[in-house]
Amino acid sequence: MADVSPSGSPLVELKGISKRYGDLLANDGINLAIQPGEIHALLGENGAGKSTLVKILYGVIEPSAGQILWEGRPVSLSSPVEARALGLGMVFQHFSLFDELTVAENIAVALTDDWDLATVRSKLGDISRAYGLALEPDRAVWTLSAGERQRIEIVRCLLQNPRLLILDEPTSVLTPQEAEHLFVTLDKLSADGCAILYISHKLEEVRRLCRSATILRGGRVVASIDPRERSARDIAALMVGNEIGEVRTGTPHVPKGAMLTVSKLSMPAGGLHGQALEDINLVANAGEIVGIAGIAGNGQSELFAALSGERLADKADAVVIAGKTCGTIDIDNRRRLGAAFVPEERLGHAAAPTHRLSENTLISHAATEVSRSGFILLNAARRLATAIIKAFDVRTPNGDPQARKLSGGNLQKFVIGREIIRQPKLLIVDQPTWGVDAGAARLIRQALVDLAGEGSAVVVISQDLDELFEVADRMAVIHQGRLSAVKPVNEWTKEAVGLEMLGIAQTQGAVHAV
Amino acid sequence: MRFELTPRPTISPVARALAPVLAFVTAFLIAGVVVWLMGRSPIAAFQVYVLQPLSDPWALQELLVKATPLALIAIGLSYCFRANFWNIGAEGQYVIGALLGSWLALKTHGGFWVMPAMLVLGILGGALYGLIPAFLKTRFGVNEILTSLMLVYVAQLLLDYLVRGPWRDPKGFNFPQSVTFDPAATLPLVADGSRVHYGTIFALVAVIVTAIVLGRTLFGYRLKLTGDAPRAARFAGFSAKHTTLAVFAISGGLAGLAGISEVSGQIGQLQPSISPGYGFTAITVAFLGRLNPIGILVASLVVALTFIGGESAQILLKLPLDLTQAFQGILLLCVLSADALVSHRIRFITRGGGK
Amino acid sequence: MSTFEAILLTIVTASTPLLIAALGELVTERSGVLNLGVEGMMAMGAACSFAAAVTFNSTLLGVGAGIVAGTLMAALFAVVVLGFAANQVGSGLALTILGLGLSGLIGAPFVGARRDPVAPISIPGLSDLPVIGRLFFGQDLFVYASILLTIAVAYYLGRIRSGLTLRSIGENHTSAHALGLPVWRVRFLAILFGGACAGLAGAYLSLVYTRFWSPNMTAGRGWIALALVVFAAWRPGWALIGAYIFGAATVLQLHAQAAQFGVPSQLLSAVPYLATILALLLLSLRHGRALGAPGSLGTPFVPDR
Repeated sequence: MADVSPSGSPLVELKGISKRYGDLLANDGINLAIQPGEIHALLGENGAGKSTLVKILYGVIEPSAGQILWEGRPVSLSSPVEARALGLGMVFQHFSLFDELTVAENIAVALTDDWDLATVRSKLGDISRAYGLALEPDRAVWTLSAGERQRIEIVRCLLQNPRLLILDEPTSVLTPQEAEHLFVTLDKLSADGCAILYISHKLEEVRRLCRSATILRGGRVVASIDPRERSARDIAALMVGNEIGEVRTGTPHVPKGAMLTVSKLSMPAGGLHGQALEDINLVANAGEIVGIAGIAGNGQSELFAALSGERLADKADAVVIAGKTCGTIDIDNRRRLGAAFVPEERLGHAAAPTHRLSENTLISHAATEVSRSGFILLNAARRLATAIIKAFDVRTPNGDPQARKLSGGNLQKFVIGREIIRQPKLLIVDQPTWGVDAGAARLIRQALVDLAGEGSAVVVISQDLDELFEVADRMAVIHQGRLSAVKPVNEWTKEAVGLEMLGIAQTQGAVHAV
Repeated sequence: MRFELTPRPTISPVARALAPVLAFVTAFLIAGVVVWLMGRSPIAAFQVYVLQPLSDPWALQELLVKATPLALIAIGLSYCFRANFWNIGAEGQYVIGALLGSWLALKTHGGFWVMPAMLVLGILGGALYGLIPAFLKTRFGVNEILTSLMLVYVAQLLLDYLVRGPWRDPKGFNFPQSVTFDPAATLPLVADGSRVHYGTIFALVAVIVTAIVLGRTLFGYRLKLTGDAPRAARFAGFSAKHTTLAVFAISGGLAGLAGISEVSGQIGQLQPSISPGYGFTAITVAFLGRLNPIGILVASLVVALTFIGGESAQILLKLPLDLTQAFQGILLLCVLSADALVSHRIRFITRGGGK
Repeated sequence: MSTFEAILLTIVTASTPLLIAALGELVTERSGVLNLGVEGMMAMGAACSFAAAVTFNSTLLGVGAGIVAGTLMAALFAVVVLGFAANQVGSGLALTILGLGLSGLIGAPFVGARRDPVAPISIPGLSDLPVIGRLFFGQDLFVYASILLTIAVAYYLGRIRSGLTLRSIGENHTSAHALGLPVWRVRFLAILFGGACAGLAGAYLSLVYTRFWSPNMTAGRGWIALALVVFAAWRPGWALIGAYIFGAATVLQLHAQAAQFGVPSQLLSAVPYLATILALLLLSLRHGRALGAPGSLGTPFVPDR
């Protein structure tokens, strides 16, 4: 259990860290030690307490109990500024960047000591060269890719010569190639003596990168292991607590004619920093799942909005659902044609956080059984919510709670269930299992596969390649608002998808050149 | 020392219900201090502001008269505020409604149809004036707060021009006022000898209809969803554009109705000032009533009390009317703070020498 | 002095309070807080400064009192919107209602009093130049101060570290908090700065522009200052230009009223308000909505957990 290292005392040691939120014990007596230069993995499912622990270590929140030792001395971290002064650096999963500011300004604002932009620029150059992190100082951040944005976060940390670098799910926004590039940088840093706390739920990367790992479940440490000595399956079992079955495909999907046809769909960028769609062509047949891969911010939300009718196309025939041209009709009328939609954001888009689940059924069922001639049928709405909760195993604190009271996984089961219970002929879902625990993810994927098995067309937009390879029959990749050719899943490899995600797979020659 | 603000995991219904009451008491205490600083007795002021009007039947009728425009406007505003649109130009919509209705009164000489037509014109005038900022917002993305407010000044100047210019009573000794409306253009009283006119009935109807619309209909849910989660509203198929236009038309229309009711039922003619700031005070009323129709009804009576009390305090205690306005500002601040504190918790953290 | 020169001079006088108030609100909004109480803070500044100036017979004390009054009003607003995370639009409105009422109470005993004009500061030699002499080098101290303030705010936001911090907080308070930037402290100070400027602008109105006090004398200038911030796309230089355009509109309509063209005076009085709507409309037509608006403008900051 104890990680006895010959190199002497640990750089940082957490002793009995607990954090309580009301009735919930998010962290429960956690012990963890990291040696200088060590790459230590923190593993666990969503909701296992990883983020809470890291926020405590970085001084964002204060623990209810427990102690942090830095080089053997007890320290009290009440703000990130103090944590940084001590030598901690953190790369957040959701970047803490300012879109309207330049790269150099974004770096300067996070530095504690005095600065001027010229110094920041020259230091930025040094770090970039040393670790292969290319960045242009005067670009506005909103023009950059996710990979480049992450580099800013890393450089921001490195400029302060950290002794411990914390990375929270760093590869979730990267292509496989960008991720490999990151690993090389991290190996270099570790060789230079910088300790790294690497938070992830992707087992393969942890096995590639780390020599020690701490596994959390339900707020407690359940194991401390060397990930290279255990199989990915073993580790997964430790994280989840019991074995997660695989998704049953059942009978192979038999496509039966087009339910959704998108042809020559183009749309200008919506917001200030949106992505325009260019010449999208796509067919989804009844009885199949079409997957759309891509790095976040390459037009997925825009494509979803164009398919759902939240934004209308110029031409009516750009989108055809169930044989009806509907590029210029709104979401309500598309629903009447038998289409159903699940957007990426659960809270605020798919569901209203402060509304009860019964009220939330109105969002996509307004035209159906829960209302009559403009009046709401409250009892019908409650019955519908109960039916969804039962059919999709949604765990709720009470009968009809507010949407925000549900965990991410349970709310996602609810919003997907809300659509599937209508037995749609076409379901379009954006990031179905983003930030959802493994159990809920499996249930959701199973529901999608079953829906297609019953003869509906399903379009799954996802950043999770593993998920797409598991459920999709055919797949395409979206990059900068353009969609690649749609090919059967078994004709794709992860490498080929990665190249498409980067937009460098235009020709066969390019593929071989990389 | 520093402080930390955290959302409360559960919101107690008791705290929610008590918040406006507490806000009101706090505002009264602050006002009492101000009165005391001005060298008057806070107890005497409380007597004049609150107790006296409540114990005098004439003043109780006056209370209904003053509460009527407040309730009508605030009910309209509750549609806007629920959907998170900021119409702060109700005062202007009130004036335009009054003007358009009065135009008919000044141009006609009797007829049973005049009064109903005036009311329709009043609603129409207010609604159209309210639609200007709504249209500028939906069509061009212009901030509705600033445009609706600017239009208040424009409306007041228009009223001023009309009563000093074309609509001035030629036999009015050069006073800036119109002729007195003839009986056919006067909103009838609820009962002979009373001071309460039919506007009060309109306000009650508006409260009941709104209670049903907001609580039971899809349109009511649409407003709530637009206010609480605008993206979810779009996802539900509710066009933000139509919602904006609808709520501004409704709130403008009710403000216009308040305006023409006040002029034809209470004042009886046009003059440069036809409102002691009802349109702005109604904002306080709407929030004090929690944007809930019944709550607004109660809040309008409570706030009307400060208007009547303010008038008698001016006479009896020589306390200027500005005190009433200042009190309404304090009251609104207290109400908003109390509302926020119901859903958030403040924790002060004193930093000792480490733990 | 020709009429033309006189008009130019009055334009400067009419523009200066708009500029000062707009600069204050600009800094507040850049930190992510929308304070709709400018009108109320300005009214309080005007009333308190006039009362203090008459009582102590000192313009300097008057100006000080105006600034303090605006700052105190802003502090009240800050406690409500930062401390309690109350709705900023509603609270700002409340501040305006409160300020207009309270200023009436404070100013009541001073209705009818008059102050002597504040002596302009002439720069020897330069102020004797024809036309531009008086215009550029013979103004009162406030005018120079307002120009310096524009430059200072622009320099602060663009070049100074704490200005960058303030912009970052206004852009995205969640990220700023995650980096450990002091969101509340910076916003509190930015709100106070906005209040001090509004108070100063009010002091200028009652001590220099009119030299008397009357109820509601701010006449919507606080609201116009708010519109100017939008018009200026949150940039100090544009606030200067915008303030002078609006000042010119105000002065020209006054002269038009005096000249009696046969146009109703009320129509001319409505010009500044109509011009504001028109300016906002033109801006939206050119740029699309809310160009340059700080990312977290108007949203209360409550960190998760």
